[in-house]
Amino acid sequence: MAAAETETMAQPSREKSWHEVALQALKRNDIRLVPYVPDRILTTLIRTIHADPFFTTFPTAREEEAVGIVSGAWMAGMRGAVLMQTSGFATLANVLASLVVPSQIPLIMFISERGTLGEFNYGQSLVCRTMRPVLDSLAMEHHTCTRLDEFEFIADRSIKQAITTQAPVALILSPLLTGGKVFDK
Amino acid sequence: MNTAANTSARNTKVMNRFDVTSRLVAKLKHEEAVIGGIGNTNFDLWAAGHRPQNFYMLGSMGLGFPIALGVALAQPQRRVFGLEGDGSLLMQMGCLSTIATLAPKNLTLIVMDNGIYQITGAQPTPAAAVADIVAIAVASGLSNSAWAADEEDFERLVDQSLGASGPTLIGVRIDDKPGVGATRRDPVQIRERFMLGLGVREAL
Repeated sequence: MAAAETETMAQPSREKSWHEVALQALKRNDIRLVPYVPDRILTTLIRTIHADPFFTTFPTAREEEAVGIVSGAWMAGMRGAVLMQTSGFATLANVLASLVVPSQIPLIMFISERGTLGEFNYGQSLVCRTMRPVLDSLAMEHHTCTRLDEFEFIADRSIKQAITTQAPVALILSPLLTGGKVFDK
Repeated sequence: MNTAANTSARNTKVMNRFDVTSRLVAKLKHEEAVIGGIGNTNFDLWAAGHRPQNFYMLGSMGLGFPIALGVALAQPQRRVFGLEGDGSLLMQMGCLSTIATLAPKNLTLIVMDNGIYQITGAQPTPAAAVADIVAIAVASGLSNSAWAADEEDFERLVDQSLGASGPTLIGVRIDDKPGVGATRRDPVQIRERFMLGLGVREAL
């Protein structure tokens, strides 16, 4: 369990978990369309989004497919966000560079960060190292979310900035926030 | 029937992309959205006469149908056409199942199949000699998929798709000719014009 989540136990009224914060940030900003390629860390968020009729949410076969879908939907007046894990982001350089950035599309991505702080698969850790260089090479806004007490501010403000500036944003969900995935067999 | 895997045995006429695209555009009277896939597919859409409801792809090969799906989900009252080449579709075949699952009835998918990467030197695709794209679409869950036998049949299938209870895919065998125009490569203007055309934006 993440340190931030443990701390919440002591509070008189229960503090929201990171996935509740993420869901409410989406809702507050009228982000209704949420295609995803799943990750273990995203399981609860995906389940609660499915359970809420506010959202249109479904799995796609590839992450770039999801990016295409939310790009089309945004051009037609419906806001969306894509959920994925680090290795999924690694498949996106082409669509970011040839569609999202040059067309000024406010793509909102929630990326559960694999490959660091206790990774057990060497390939995942190498994939992780490609993520920020790709984001930086396109001068894309990105934040690594590590603390629950900052997460609502980062998520809500970043979504608003993406929409108003018509620029993409990547919210990287660190194991420090989510607890990550640990070696279990 | 679309079960024949042997392409040479298909009882379908080899048509021309620009001609077929022009026939489609001539039918559009209700501000239908049209997404033109990368390369010759959107060049011929451009050449058929620019409309504000056209979106032209300048990259991201294979994302024509996913973009069209997004438009169809956002505006269920508007008819949306996705135009893709066979090579593009081969890059993103999973999207056929996504579309079949969501089943938007306002979406018509058109595949221009010449079996080659025309724009890069007419090399055959890996699927050219062995695969049947309409059969793949059916197997992906898009039961309302068919090859157009000829131009008249294409127009009939387009008309039929307007009243269909789910998404439609139309396969069109085309020749090896390049596109007859070239889209102006201005991504921001293409995107903004499209949004104006869809009624999402007002001009400054």
